[in-house]
Amino acid sequence: MKYLQQQSRLKLAIIGALSLMGLTACSDSDDIRAIMPPEPEPAPIVMHDFDVSVTNLTANQPLSPVVLLSHTSNLSIWQVGDPASVALEHLAEGGDTSMLVALDGIDASSVATAPIGPGANQTLSISIPEAQVAQLSIATMLVNTNDAFTGVQQIDLTSFTVDDKMTYHTMAYDAGTEANSEAKGTIPGPADMGEGFNAMRETNDRVSGHAGVISRDDGLSDSILDASHRFDNPVATITITRKK
Amino acid sequence: MKHTLLSSALIIASITSISTQSEAEAAELSINITNLTNGTYFTPVLVAGHNAETSLFTSGTMASEALKKMAEGGDIGDLDAMIIGADGVTVTNPAEGLLAPATSVNDIMLTTSDSQNYLSIVAMLLPTNDGFVGLSSWPIPTTAGTYTIMLNGYDAGSEKNNELINGGGALGTLGIPVDPGMHGGTDGAGIDDLSENNNVHIHPGVLGDMDNTGGISDLDSRVHRWLNPVAKVTVTVK
Repeated sequence: MKYLQQQSRLKLAIIGALSLMGLTACSDSDDIRAIMPPEPEPAPIVMHDFDVSVTNLTANQPLSPVVLLSHTSNLSIWQVGDPASVALEHLAEGGDTSMLVALDGIDASSVATAPIGPGANQTLSISIPEAQVAQLSIATMLVNTNDAFTGVQQIDLTSFTVDDKMTYHTMAYDAGTEANSEAKGTIPGPADMGEGFNAMRETNDRVSGHAGVISRDDGLSDSILDASHRFDNPVATITITRKK
Repeated sequence: MKHTLLSSALIIASITSISTQSEAEAAELSINITNLTNGTYFTPVLVAGHNAETSLFTSGTMASEALKKMAEGGDIGDLDAMIIGADGVTVTNPAEGLLAPATSVNDIMLTTSDSQNYLSIVAMLLPTNDGFVGLSSWPIPTTAGTYTIMLNGYDAGSEKNNELINGGGALGTLGIPVDPGMHGGTDGAGIDDLSENNNVHIHPGVLGDMDNTGGISDLDSRVHRWLNPVAKVTVTVK
C-alpha cells in the first residue's frame, strides 16, 4: 500500500514536471528554461546476445575465421545461380571478411580471430540491439580449395527466446569466381599457401553447390591437393544459441 | 449450473492426469533402416534408446575406445554395454549380420522408458578403415507419427584411411578387414592419408582406383564410393 502511494506520488510529480515542460515550450523566457528539470535518462538499449558455435566436420579443410553478419534488411549474401558479389569473392577465395562486414545493410558483425581446424570447433558471440534483431548470416571459406565456402544465411533471430538453440548442418558452395584448378599457387590454405583473392572471374561465373575437390591422388596430376582434402557434405555444424 | 462447472473441472483434471501419464509411459518405436550406398555394407547395427547424458559419438570430439572398436572392426559389444550400463535399451544386430548395399532391415522394435528420450544408431561402413554410419542422440518425438531421418557417413578419426584390405579389423591395426562384396583388389600401394584430424568428422569418402592388382588403393572407385546420405531411417512412434 505504501509503495502504491509512493508510486502515485511519483506519477503526480512526473505529471507536474511534464506540465512545467509544456509551459516552458510555450514561453519565450530563458529564465524559466533554466529551471527545467534535467532531461530524463534515455532508456538503456536492450541487447540480445547470441553464441554461434561452429564445428568443422571435414577431414582436412581448415575453415577461415567465421564471420557473423546481422542485418535487418532481407540481405542475400549469396544466391545460387547468380554471380557472387565481390565481397563474397574475397571471402571464398581468400577468407577475407572485411568487405562482407562493410556491405550496405549490415547492422552488426563479429569476426573470429582464428581459423577452425578440421574436427575442431569454436564459439563466437554477437550482441545485437533489440531494435535491430532480425536476420543472421554466417560464412566461412574451406581454405584448401580455390573458392569453396559454407554457411547459412537469413536466419530469423526474432523467434529466439533466451536459451533457444537452433542447429544447422551446412553444405559446401562453390562461389564460381575462380576455376577449381587445384593448381599450385592458387589455394591459400596450408596445403598450398598460394594466392587468395584474384579479381579475375572464371567463365562459369555463378554460385552453385560444390562438387568436391579431385586431388592428385585421384588423377588430377597437377593438383596440389591430396586425398585427405576431399570432402562430402555436410562440412560444418552451426549452432545458434540466444544467451541474453 | 454450478454442478456442470464442477464436472467440467473434473474432466479437465482427469485429462491432464492422462496426458501426464502418457508422457511417462514407454514409447514404442518401429524402425526401418535402408543402406543407400552402392557397394558398402553395414556391419551389425546397434540401435539404442538412452538418456540425455549418454551418447554414442559427437562430431568434433575424440572417439571413445568403444566407438573405435565399432568403426575399425564392426564390434558393437562395448557400445552396447555402455548404453545398458547407463540405463539405456538396445537392439543389437537387427539385420542378423551384414546389411548389404541397397537393402533394408524393417520393423525393428524398440521400447523406451520415459528417461530414454534419445535414439542413436551406428554401424561400421565396410570396406573402410574407420568409417561408420551414425545417428547421434536424435530426440524421440512425443507425437505419434512416422519420421524420416537421413544419416551421414562419419570417420572415427582413429585410423589412417590407407584403403588396404588386409584383415585389419582389430583396434589399432591399420587396414580394412574385408570387402564382403568381393570387389576389392590386392597389392595396392596404400594411400598416404595426410589428415591430422583425430576427431570424429564427416567421412571424406573413399578414393579407390580402377586397378584390381595394384594402384594406390585396394578399393574400387567404381564400386565403393558414396555420397551422403548413406542411410535412410524411418521411425514410427506409436
